[in-house]
Amino acid sequence: MSTRLSRGGRLLNRDRQIGFTFNGKHLHGVEGDTLASALLANDQMMIGRSFKYHRPRGVVASGAEEPNALFNMGKGARFEPNQRATTTELFDGLEAESQNHWPSLEFDIGAVNNKLARFLPAGFYYKTFISPRPFWKHIYEPFIRQSAGLGRAPKDRDQDRYEHFYAFFDVVVIGGGIAGLTAARAAGEAGARVLVMEQTPHWGGRAPVDGGDVGGEPVDKFVDDSLSALAAMENVTLRNRLMGVGVYDHGYVLGYEQVRDHTPGVPGPRHRLWRIRAGQIVTATGAIERPLSFAGNDVPGVMLASAVRDYAVNFGVSLGDRTVVVTNNDDAYRTAITLKNLGLEVPAILDARALGGGALADEARALGIRVETGKGVAKVKGGRRVEAVCVCSQAGEGAVLEEIKCDAVAMSGGWSPVVHLWSHCGGKLVWDEALAHFRPDVDKSPTGADGKPFVIAAGAANGALNLASGLADAHAAGQAAAAATGHKPKARSAAPKAASADEAPIAAVWLMPQGAKVQLRMKSWLDFQNDVKVSDIQLAAREGYASVEHAKRYTTLGMATDQGKLSNINGLAILSDALGQPIPQTGTTTFRPPYTPISMASIAGQARGPLFQPVRKTPMHAWHEANDADFEPVGQWRRPYTYRRGQESREEAVNREIRQVRDSVGLLDASTLGKIIVKGPDAGRFLDMLYTNMMSTLKPGRCRYGLMCNENGFLMDDGVVVRLDEDTFLCHTTTGGAENIHGHMEEWLQTEWWDWKVYVANVTEQFAQVAVAGPNARKVLEKLTDDDISADGLSFMGCKDITVAGIRARAYRISFTGELSFELAVPAGQGRALWDALLEAGSDFGVMLYGTEAMHVMRAEKGFIMIGDETDGTVIPQDLGLDWAISKKKEDYIGKRAQQRSHMTDPNRWKLVGLETLDGGVLPDGAYATAEGVNANGQRNVQGRVTSTYHSPTLGRGIAMGLVLNGPGRMGEVLEFAHVDGTVMQARIVDPVFYDKDGEKQNV
Amino acid sequence: MLILECPYCGVKGEETEFAPGGEAHLKRFGPGSSEDDFNAYLFRKENPKGVHFERWRHAHGCGKWFHAARCTMTLEVFGTYPAQTTEPPQDIRDRITAKRPGWSWRELS
Repeated sequence: MSTRLSRGGRLLNRDRQIGFTFNGKHLHGVEGDTLASALLANDQMMIGRSFKYHRPRGVVASGAEEPNALFNMGKGARFEPNQRATTTELFDGLEAESQNHWPSLEFDIGAVNNKLARFLPAGFYYKTFISPRPFWKHIYEPFIRQSAGLGRAPKDRDQDRYEHFYAFFDVVVIGGGIAGLTAARAAGEAGARVLVMEQTPHWGGRAPVDGGDVGGEPVDKFVDDSLSALAAMENVTLRNRLMGVGVYDHGYVLGYEQVRDHTPGVPGPRHRLWRIRAGQIVTATGAIERPLSFAGNDVPGVMLASAVRDYAVNFGVSLGDRTVVVTNNDDAYRTAITLKNLGLEVPAILDARALGGGALADEARALGIRVETGKGVAKVKGGRRVEAVCVCSQAGEGAVLEEIKCDAVAMSGGWSPVVHLWSHCGGKLVWDEALAHFRPDVDKSPTGADGKPFVIAAGAANGALNLASGLADAHAAGQAAAAATGHKPKARSAAPKAASADEAPIAAVWLMPQGAKVQLRMKSWLDFQNDVKVSDIQLAAREGYASVEHAKRYTTLGMATDQGKLSNINGLAILSDALGQPIPQTGTTTFRPPYTPISMASIAGQARGPLFQPVRKTPMHAWHEANDADFEPVGQWRRPYTYRRGQESREEAVNREIRQVRDSVGLLDASTLGKIIVKGPDAGRFLDMLYTNMMSTLKPGRCRYGLMCNENGFLMDDGVVVRLDEDTFLCHTTTGGAENIHGHMEEWLQTEWWDWKVYVANVTEQFAQVAVAGPNARKVLEKLTDDDISADGLSFMGCKDITVAGIRARAYRISFTGELSFELAVPAGQGRALWDALLEAGSDFGVMLYGTEAMHVMRAEKGFIMIGDETDGTVIPQDLGLDWAISKKKEDYIGKRAQQRSHMTDPNRWKLVGLETLDGGVLPDGAYATAEGVNANGQRNVQGRVTSTYHSPTLGRGIAMGLVLNGPGRMGEVLEFAHVDGTVMQARIVDPVFYDKDGEKQNV
Repeated sequence: MLILECPYCGVKGEETEFAPGGEAHLKRFGPGSSEDDFNAYLFRKENPKGVHFERWRHAHGCGKWFHAARCTMTLEVFGTYPAQTTEPPQDIRDRITAKRPGWSWRELS
């Protein structure tokens, strides 16, 4: 059983007990524990069930690489799934729940999958549930989702705060182990500005656990000395609980700081996302131990040898009383020695190497530990915890030589450098045959804007696995990073000297025993989290998945939240063997950020709620708010959709507003309309290119409705262009289009016609604009102005500077409602004053505000198009019957050539028509007009679709516009439109102008 | 995330400060051009693995369009230059030749 030892635990403060719950059970740990160490101290060997077969699983590792110990953590607004127990610091009141079991961890129905395992090989789901097709969506997928999956998604809104932090350093050292500290010290002493990032709360990495001497002192002392030296340097910043998430182009680094995870409730941000620019990056990210692939290597109680050592030394926790060590390298002997020195039993060390180990093996033997060379584990006995191991010859097929009773197994398959960050931005790897691992290829490092390398791997992350070589490598890396950022390393500075025991070479062991039969291979796990076994990879290879990327996706090897930190190298070695090719030829899958999962909230930072994006407000916005406007978002603006009164519904309010405009007068806040000044001797020529119409012939003081297309010929924006004087135009754009159109103009001016004498300026926010619309509009205005605004003084489509209520205003006789209409533009600061004056003057006529919906209905009654309704990026002006607005005289305009392409001139395009329902109802928006027959995909043929549809209070019936095949030539025909539920609505093709066809009302 | 230098205002900015604008040095084909020429102008864009010339706009800065010569493989930036030119300036081309002997892009080399 696993338990807390009476001594040991260098990270613990045994005086302070900490209470927490696991699956509702109250347990205790001590300060300094991780959740994993506290669970093990409570003999909680089984902590979850596996993803696919629901096998009992225990803790395997002691750090970020842990695949099994994933928990739902917290409650309600602090609930978070898939949290790793090995990196979760214990705090008072922590609540953890295991995942992947139902109804309980001890009794789990899904465990029947384990009995069926031989029927659930790799690709089982793909093969079995492929047909019949419709079953996937409605039957298979919901069932599989119910029984699979890791944690649940949180339901409540996250109540914590998250922030982003921008930082700039010459050298960023990722990893606070002895290599990172040494590299940072070398760079810091040379004068570089250095950041050291350490993902755990502790410095020194695993060196204090592994032991050794540096400069004649214990390595603990070296870590302390390095830390004090670094802390004393003003140019060095040390941050722990800060993980290197990813390395990106040109020296960009993301860091993930878990500020308050270990102290929930304390004020401050929970997580902080560091967005760092670094001159040079030193990846001192260490190495991760690999499991060995033998049958039953997933039984709770089988753990990485280094993790067994970590729990004993760091947390005073023993995994078992009798631990068998199985290894292919010397490092695992340290675990045996450590356990023996703590008074625990080590019945045997099974060393797969025929020749066994070096000095450490001698030390183990001297302690009286039995060492068996050339031996391995045939299988582990036990279900919910280890009971015994069956010993076999590594060279054989698994014939059992002996059974050794034990309650824990410490395994080591060698060490893989953590090359993730090196690889994120294009660093290449080489296969080191002697050390049996991939390490960074120093000649192919990621390069920056100047074409020079910007990442240097250091220490174990660079394949320098022992203390002496790691320190020397890290010192050189620190100096090189400083030099590359323009600093001069101290000439006399030397790497710290360490003594390393001679180690015997590792032997690559990818399968134990070497000739394991299928019954053993089916129980030899590669990926613990995704339940992928040796036999699955071999099956994938047999079925033709020769590429490592394909095999990964077929078997799901390395696709879980741990992204194969333990499994990838073992898996691709098995794949290489199955394919009969060397490992480097198989290669690795792509390493992608993040190194370990980070919270979505940290990515969002403060960009949530009201701060998600800025809200643009017109000068009248406060008035709208005070008068109960029902807002809708339009771009980044909020525009009143309608102004409801009392118990009115939205529809009733819209209808009331429309009737009042048609009968008397209404006001619309049109300030959001885009306004762009185009000025210069070539302004007319420029606008002739931008608009389909001829704008250069427009007379000063006159307005013209214009259409703007992109070079593909598609309609992108429309609006009224006003010529203010000989070389000044004001272009109105749609509300959402102002910035884009301004950018479009700049693009053509800067990149194509840069010799033309034209300036453009976006003055949208400089002006407030109000539409005064309705038969009484002129009467209202006449109360406020002495200027002549009669039909002669300011005619339809005219523009004039007038004074309204003492405010200088530009008045346009333009109409989007079809009524007599004036649009008044005043400086933004005067907008509210104008608004108030118009409201007061209009009160005699029952003036009402109208919102965007009333505006939309009224323009539809008039058959006016709306960009985004009648257009969708595939519609040309000719489709909308707007040929009158396309100049025939101009040789060129943007989009003209495209509109001559064969598809654009096809007589069978869908064209704009009005649609009138036979029963007076309202057509569903976007509904398709059905046609006879079916297409190649078996779908019903269509011949048109609805683009705008409303109830018209003016006509008392539903009206719509739509694009219909040959529509204008089919007036009077009745089409059938399908509802989503399959029912059909009939509508007749009519002229799109439903109201005041001759335009008499707007021109009075 | 790339770092680019705007040749107008001299600011070295993060990629998020700029907006990409596709292939540089396109020759516009308008009315009167052949179907092939127009089709190539609109749709047949270069997508090389290596030396490339691109349009960028300093969208959240001075607003100016400019060109960047860079390597799409290594992300090395050979230089940026104003957009008011129909071909890359000689000094940029020399710099590329020094670093990528034998390079070619469209009709340039």
